[in-house]
Amino acid sequence: MVLLFEILTLARWSPYVVGAGIGILTCLAFLLSDRPLGCSTAFVKARGLIGKAINPEKTGRMEYYREIIPQVDWALMIIPGIVIGAFLSSVLSGTFQVSWVPPLWASAFGSNVVVRVVVALLGGILLGFGARWAGGCTSGHGISGSIQLSLGSMITAACFFAGGIGIAFLLFHGTGMW
Amino acid sequence: MGALSAIRGSRVLQVLLGLLTGICFGFLLQKGGLTDYGTIEGQLLLVDFTVLKVMLSAVIVGMIVFHLLKHLGYVNSHAAEGSLGSNVIGGLIFGAGFGLLGYCPGTVAGAVGTGALDALVGGMVGMLIGAGAFAEIYPEVRATILTRGKFPVVTVPEFLHTGVWTTILILEVCMIGFLLVLGYSGL
Repeated sequence: MVLLFEILTLARWSPYVVGAGIGILTCLAFLLSDRPLGCSTAFVKARGLIGKAINPEKTGRMEYYREIIPQVDWALMIIPGIVIGAFLSSVLSGTFQVSWVPPLWASAFGSNVVVRVVVALLGGILLGFGARWAGGCTSGHGISGSIQLSLGSMITAACFFAGGIGIAFLLFHGTGMW
Repeated sequence: MGALSAIRGSRVLQVLLGLLTGICFGFLLQKGGLTDYGTIEGQLLLVDFTVLKVMLSAVIVGMIVFHLLKHLGYVNSHAAEGSLGSNVIGGLIFGAGFGLLGYCPGTVAGAVGTGALDALVGGMVGMLIGAGAFAEIYPEVRATILTRGKFPVVTVPEFLHTGVWTTILILEVCMIGFLLVLGYSGL
């Protein structure tokens, strides 16, 4: 028990152990829920539920929400689950901290909250839009899709990183961070 | 198999399983450091390889376990047909967002759990707006751009004209080799 508690309160685990755990978790999702482990569908469902509350008629007519039905199910619950899991882990790690600007960002662009939030919002919009355009995210394509030997998923994951590396280099260019 | 289809068919159990899977996933992401902006942006700046180490380890383990389970008839493949229009264009748009935000759709939720408010007010709100915007344009792109340049095959073994287990062996050797090189080069 003491050993288990010590492991759970470690600030970091080996990336290989964490990865192996995620690989097993993904296989459990295939086994018990007959579906890949993905995170971006939840945002469509949540957006659809908000739409149903504000303008049910229009939301009901939209084709995308007839394919990805806005309802409380596995694909939606993964996101509140991740928030809870990461919260528990960070409290156990002793690293939980309310913050607005990540340290790496602050060291390159300063600690102005508005600047960080505006860029994060723009990034979030592109991320949500791109994930649905590509039909999945880093976990859905990158991990679940690759595990299934999906050619499209591996190409998508390569594009995630190609785009991400390109923008990160442009963004941090001249900040002395690399 | 009867028990398995009962679990898969139960709406309540599936809601609970989704939540439980999320909790385990979020816990692992935080312990791996992937809920930190610095780890993800560090990967995109090629100075911190934690993200690749975690992802490749997940695929190395998951690929073997998944195909053993599939061989035994316990899991189904969900690999879908891809296209340049959907996977490449969508992947690059996602990548641009990935670079600006410094989180992806799963890790943004994890970051919120660790107290990162930029992930909540910027990232998660942005994702809802982005997903909603895609739902708006979906009827326009569904049968046009998204189906442009369809890939001729669905899976890697079909592409390489190799057997499934041979393909797995090749990919496992490449992924493990890559991790060893990363480790030995001190990254």
